[in-house]
Amino acid sequence: MNAPVPVRDLRLALVGNPNSGKTALFNALTGGRAKVANYAGVTVERKEGFLTSPAGRKVSVLDLPGTYSLRARSPDEEVTRDVVLGQRAGESPPDLLVCVADATNLRLVLRLILELKQTGQPAVLALNMIDIAQRQGIDIDIPALSRELGMPVVTTVATRKRGIEDLLAAIDTLADAKAEHGVSAWHAPSAKEIRDSHREAERIIKIAVLPPKRPDTWTGKIDDVLLHPVSGILILLAILFLMFQAVFSWATPAMDMISGAFEWLSAQVVHYVPDGMLQSLLANGVISGVGSVLVFLPQIMILFFFIILLEDFGYMARAAFLMDRIMGGAGLHGRAFIPLLSSFACAIPGIMSARVIDQKRDRLTTIMVAPLMTCSARIPVYTLIISAFIPRRQVWGFINLQGLVMLGLYVAGAVSALAVAFVFRKIFWRGAAEPFIMELPAYKMPDAKNVARNVLLRAQIFLNRAGTIILSMMVLIWFLSTVPFKPAGAPGPAIDYSFAGMIGHWLQPLLAPIGFNWQMAVALVPGMAAREVAVGALATVYAIGDGQPGQLATTLSNRWSLPTALSFLAWYIFAPQCASTLAVVKRETNAWRWPIIMFVYMIALAYIAALITFQVASRF
Amino acid sequence: MNVQWRQLDQPQEIAAPAAGLIRLSDARRGDRGVVIAVSPAGINGVGSAESEELERRLLEIGFVEGAKVEILHEGFIGRDPIAVRLDDMRVALRRREAQGVLITLSAE
Repeated sequence: MNAPVPVRDLRLALVGNPNSGKTALFNALTGGRAKVANYAGVTVERKEGFLTSPAGRKVSVLDLPGTYSLRARSPDEEVTRDVVLGQRAGESPPDLLVCVADATNLRLVLRLILELKQTGQPAVLALNMIDIAQRQGIDIDIPALSRELGMPVVTTVATRKRGIEDLLAAIDTLADAKAEHGVSAWHAPSAKEIRDSHREAERIIKIAVLPPKRPDTWTGKIDDVLLHPVSGILILLAILFLMFQAVFSWATPAMDMISGAFEWLSAQVVHYVPDGMLQSLLANGVISGVGSVLVFLPQIMILFFFIILLEDFGYMARAAFLMDRIMGGAGLHGRAFIPLLSSFACAIPGIMSARVIDQKRDRLTTIMVAPLMTCSARIPVYTLIISAFIPRRQVWGFINLQGLVMLGLYVAGAVSALAVAFVFRKIFWRGAAEPFIMELPAYKMPDAKNVARNVLLRAQIFLNRAGTIILSMMVLIWFLSTVPFKPAGAPGPAIDYSFAGMIGHWLQPLLAPIGFNWQMAVALVPGMAAREVAVGALATVYAIGDGQPGQLATTLSNRWSLPTALSFLAWYIFAPQCASTLAVVKRETNAWRWPIIMFVYMIALAYIAALITFQVASRF
Repeated sequence: MNVQWRQLDQPQEIAAPAAGLIRLSDARRGDRGVVIAVSPAGINGVGSAESEELERRLLEIGFVEGAKVEILHEGFIGRDPIAVRLDDMRVALRRREAQGVLITLSAE
C-alpha cells in the first residue's frame, strides 16, 4: 500500500467545516482519482489525489476530515489538526492550505480560518457553492474579504467544476511567491479566545457579506415534514423499508449470478485438475474464498448507494436526530442507527459505515454490537431449523407460529445489541457521555456523478481492505476442514478425518451441556467461514448430497431433539460464526484487541443462551 | 418521559438569576430568543472538566453571546433532542447540552 510516491512540487491540504463541499472540490481538482488508505496508526481515511497545475507543478491534494476547530475532539479531527500543524508522523506538512467554505454559511468557517491563520501556513480560501449563494442574493465583497483575511479568495462551484482554474491560478501565484511558512502561534483556544474569534469573524462578515435577500426556505419546509414527530417517523420507516427491500431483492440476482459463476468456475477446476490437494485448494479454498468475498459486493454497493445518497442530500443528520433518543437509551449516538440498520443485511457494511460516527467510543460500541443484528446469512440457518422443528400452525387464530419464531429471533438480536451496547458503555467508558451536538446541513440535490464515484470507491475499499483478509481466512478454514484427507475406504464423511473433525470431536464434551452432538460440533468449524455455511456443513457431516434441500430438514428432525434445535437457534443469535466480520473489525479498529473481545463476548453469550434454552426446554 | 425537564419549567428551578432569562433546554417549539450566556458550569450531572469542554463545543458550533436562536423541532420522545435555528444555520442537540445556553425570549 505504501508504494514510493514521486516527489511532488506542491502539497495542498483541503480544510473546512463538514458539509462545505470539500469532497466535491477534491474531485473537481483531481478528477476523482483518489489514493485511499488509512493514516498510520489510526482508522481515519486518508484520501490523496494528484494533478498538474497550469504552471506545470505536480500537485498532491489531501482531503482532510471536516472540522469546526483545530481543537480536535475525535480521531478524524486530530488528523486534521496534526497535518495542518505538520505534526503528523509519516506525513509531510502541506505547503499550502486550501480553506473550503460553503458560501451560504460563512460564520463558522471564518472562525476556523482565523484559527488556521495562527498556524502560519500560507492559505487560499475557496468560496464554494457560490451559485447557491448568488441565487439566495447573498452579496459577498470578495476583495474586502480577501483583505480582511489576508489571503487570496476565489469562488467555486465544485460540482460543476466552475472556478477551478481560478483556484489553481491562485495556488500557482502563491507558490511562485514562495510564501513563507510563519511560525505557528496556534494553541488550543480557551473559551474566551473562541468568543474573541467569533467577534472577529462577525466583524469581517459585517464588512464583506450582505445577508441573503432570498434566504433558503426549502430546508425549513422539508424539515417541517421530515422532522415532524408523526410524518418524520413514517418517512424514516418508509425509507428504511425501501432500503431493506433494495438490499434483499435488488441484490439477489447479482448475488446469485456471482455465486453461480464461481460454482461454475469451481466445477471447471474439478473437471480439469486431477483429484487431490491442488484441486481441493483451488476449487474449495481459493475460488469459493474469492466468491464468498465478491458475493457481499452487491449488498454493500446498494447499501452504500443509499447511505451516500441520503448523506449528500442532508438526510442522515435528520435520521440521527429522529433516532437519537432511542439510540441514546442504550448509550449510543443517534448516528449509530444507520450502521446498525445496515447490519441487518450484513455486519460487514454495517461495521464499515460506522465511520460516520466521529466519536471514537461511540464508533467502537457500535462496531462491537453490529454483529448481533440478525444478518441475512442467518436466514438460511433459521429457515432450516424452523422448517424442521417448528410446526406450521396458527396461534391465536391468525399468527403463523413459524413466522412468530423468526420474528422472535430478529427481536432477540436487536434487543441484545442495544443491551450489550449499554453494558459496554458501563464497563469500558464509565460516566463518559458524549455530547450530541450536530449541524443539520441545508438540503442539497445529490450529484449523480459524485454518488456513483463514492459508491465505487466504497466497493474498491471493501475489496482492498476486507477482501484480502477474508480470502486468507477462507483458505485457512478450507485447510482445517480438508486436511488430513480421509483414508481410502474409511467409513463416514471426509470432514470427520480433518482438523475440523478433530476440533469438533474435541469440542463436543464442552458442547454437550447445550445439547450439541458431535456432528454439530464438527459443522461449527467450517461454519466459521460464514453463518449460512453451517447448512452446507451439516449436510456434509450427515453425508447428504447436494440437490436434496428437503432431506436435510427431515434428517435433522429425526436426529435432533427439539431442545437441541432450539439451543442451536439460540446459539446462532449470538455466536460469532463469521470470520469475515472479525477480520473487518480488526481492519476497522486497527487492533486485534477488539475482534478478540468481540469473539469472546459473543461466544460467551451464545453458550449461556444455548445452555439456558437447552436446559429449560429439556425440562418440558 | 417529560417529567425531568418539565420540572425545570418552574421558575424556582431555574438557576439563572435575571428575569426573562431561560435555559435553552426549557424552551419550547416556536420560541425565539437571543443567546445571553454560554455557561454549562454547575448544570445537573456535568462535571467541571466536562462543562469546560461543553462550553467550548457549544461556542464552536455557533452558540455564542448575541446569536439568534429559534426552536424549530422537538424529538418525538420526551421532546428531545431539539433542532434549533442558530443565526443562518440549523443545529440539533440534546436538552442536556442545551442547559448550558441561556437565552432571553423575544416577544412573539
